[in-house]
Amino acid sequence: MLETATRSKKSAAPKPAPHERFLEAFRWMLLARTLEEKLVSLYRGGLITGGVYVGRGQEAVSVACGLFLQKGDIFAPLIRDQAGRSAFGEPLLDVTRTYLGSRQGPMRGRDGNIHRGRPRNNQLAMISHLGAMVSVTVGALMAKRFHGEKNFVGLSCIGEGGMQTGSFHEGMNIAAIEQVPLVVVATNNHYAYSTPNDREFACHDLVDRAIGYGFEGYTVDGTDLTDCLDMIGSAVKRARAGRPPQLVVASVLRLSGHGEHDDASYVTDEIKRQPFARDCLKLAEQTIVDVNLLDAATLREWRKDAAAQVDQAISTAQKEAAPEADEEDWCAISTRDLVDPLE
Amino acid sequence: MSITYLEAIREAQAKLLRDDERVFIYGQDVGGTFGGAFKATKGLAKEFPGRVLNTPISEDAMIGTAIGAAMHGMRPIVEMQFADFSSTALNQILNNAGTHYWRTDVPVPITVRLPSGGTKGSGPFHSQSMESLYAHYPGLIVMTPATVEDAYSMLIEAVAIDDPVVYCEHKYLYYHLKAENLPTESLPTGKARIAREGRDLTIVTYSAMLHEALAVAEQLATEGFEIEVVDLRSVKPLDTNTVLASVARTGRLLCVGESFPWGGATAEIIARVTAEGFHLLDAAPQRLNAKDTPIPYHPNLWSAHRPNAKEIARKARALLRE
Ligand SMILES: Cc1ncc(C[n+]2csc(CCOP(=O)(O)OP(=O)(O)O)c2C)c(N)n1
Repeated sequence: MLETATRSKKSAAPKPAPHERFLEAFRWMLLARTLEEKLVSLYRGGLITGGVYVGRGQEAVSVACGLFLQKGDIFAPLIRDQAGRSAFGEPLLDVTRTYLGSRQGPMRGRDGNIHRGRPRNNQLAMISHLGAMVSVTVGALMAKRFHGEKNFVGLSCIGEGGMQTGSFHEGMNIAAIEQVPLVVVATNNHYAYSTPNDREFACHDLVDRAIGYGFEGYTVDGTDLTDCLDMIGSAVKRARAGRPPQLVVASVLRLSGHGEHDDASYVTDEIKRQPFARDCLKLAEQTIVDVNLLDAATLREWRKDAAAQVDQAISTAQKEAAPEADEEDWCAISTRDLVDPLE
Repeated sequence: MSITYLEAIREAQAKLLRDDERVFIYGQDVGGTFGGAFKATKGLAKEFPGRVLNTPISEDAMIGTAIGAAMHGMRPIVEMQFADFSSTALNQILNNAGTHYWRTDVPVPITVRLPSGGTKGSGPFHSQSMESLYAHYPGLIVMTPATVEDAYSMLIEAVAIDDPVVYCEHKYLYYHLKAENLPTESLPTGKARIAREGRDLTIVTYSAMLHEALAVAEQLATEGFEIEVVDLRSVKPLDTNTVLASVARTGRLLCVGESFPWGGATAEIIARVTAEGFHLLDAAPQRLNAKDTPIPYHPNLWSAHRPNAKEIARKARALLRE
């Protein structure tokens, strides 16, 4: 039985052998995929208000983002980071409660879907406006340095679309100026909503920007879990060791619509035939079978377990009460005696 | 001893840095030996090494960084070089800082200092008053100190408040305004101050316009009118009770602000007084703002663009005749 998602604080644990790490990562990927497929079916059944945004095809990159972070590290995930969020320690209930509008979720009905987080647990709560969370991660790391903490890193996720915002450029530049221990993982899934790469940027390779920002840059095959674990794991290690900020650019295809409302009919057949269009989860599973890391019965068991955890988290959240407007305190600031006396 | 509005801001920051190790100052040219475009941080980088930091010209990232630091226990003060440039940080201020407590239950105690308002020859991009814009969005406290004492005590209070504060300091007052001493006590934020008592008309104002209003009150006193002047001190929260109590005494209301005329703090006051104190009014409430154009460069145009004592007096006399 996989323990709950909160188990991922690995700071004191001995370093796992590569294949153990691979299996651990695979299991989080499986959980994320299972969860998101279930969320999609709830959405199709009209049981989720607002959008559903999934990380299908990006789980290998995402899980590697969450997996190497330790207690005290800062994680700023974005929309396609369920695997990473779970690996970092986000309980499944946070996901299902937020999507299903339970008052007990971390956002209490005030925000939804992927716009969730627990800043007190170092999981930043993204705002929609892309690019904005890089500098916020920088600030969190500066605070840790001011406090005299040691041995920490931050990891901020971005898509290739979000990389084109001014906010992102400013955030990268200020990260390098402040020399904070930051890893930025950029996932090029070849579309920003419906817009293909050739209308997003015109540079030869996004990783070339690293040098301009004052980062060290690396590329990774986002369909290959081993590569993701190696590259992102070592970027985290370098940042932790005091190297300059790290940019890792992964290449994948978004294997879903932008959100579940989108049929992604604009994705061309030619793109679907590219190597980066392969499904990282299937490839990882193939490796497990090929190298015989697990037998078929255990794999089946893991799948069943993932489904059971997801079902449990969904049914719990579904039984919980929704927020009520007349119980909401409608205060946007914490200092109650400074609330404006409107009305 | 005599201390200016600008020196009070510097002294408040020195005190904050001295008393509270969570405080750091972040902004363009604030550090080194330079001490800021207006010298509001002069000498502080030397006195507090590593805590008064120059930033790149990246308003968005300056605020984003401050938000991240504030979330993790720091009390950053961000100096915008001019209020006008905070427009390029609107996203971080409004959508990130302004929503954070509501969304996550974790407040972000950042203080954003905005050198605001017009001075001669500054033109469209170095003269703006943005308090109404910030006050419009939820989640922010907006301070508009008009006196040396408030410049000092409200900045100290701004940093102590657990929520994001937009602190609008008026550039026109930087050198013009002097006080004998720094204050030892002050009204709390959220409380307006009766800057002058009267019984014929209430002028509600804030920031640099307070001094225009006081000049008008002085002038109209020679004509036999007693004007009450209310200094709001903060436009959010807006001390509706003090305004209503004043209107109850005078029956007449004129609101004066330096920001653009569409909507804004003056319109908000009139809306509230009309809704809650209609019966107190002997005449239709009036307001006076800057003109609905960008702020002109030439002094001849600039001094007519903003409300000035002559205009305020004209409006006040008309209201007194009603
Ligand atoms: C500043 C900003 N503009 C527009 C949007 C609307 N929007 C949300 S996601 C998205 C596409 C993002 O593409 P990318 O960053 O590559 O991430 P992906 O969705 O491909 O994972 C857009 C345009 C936004 N969230 N933020």
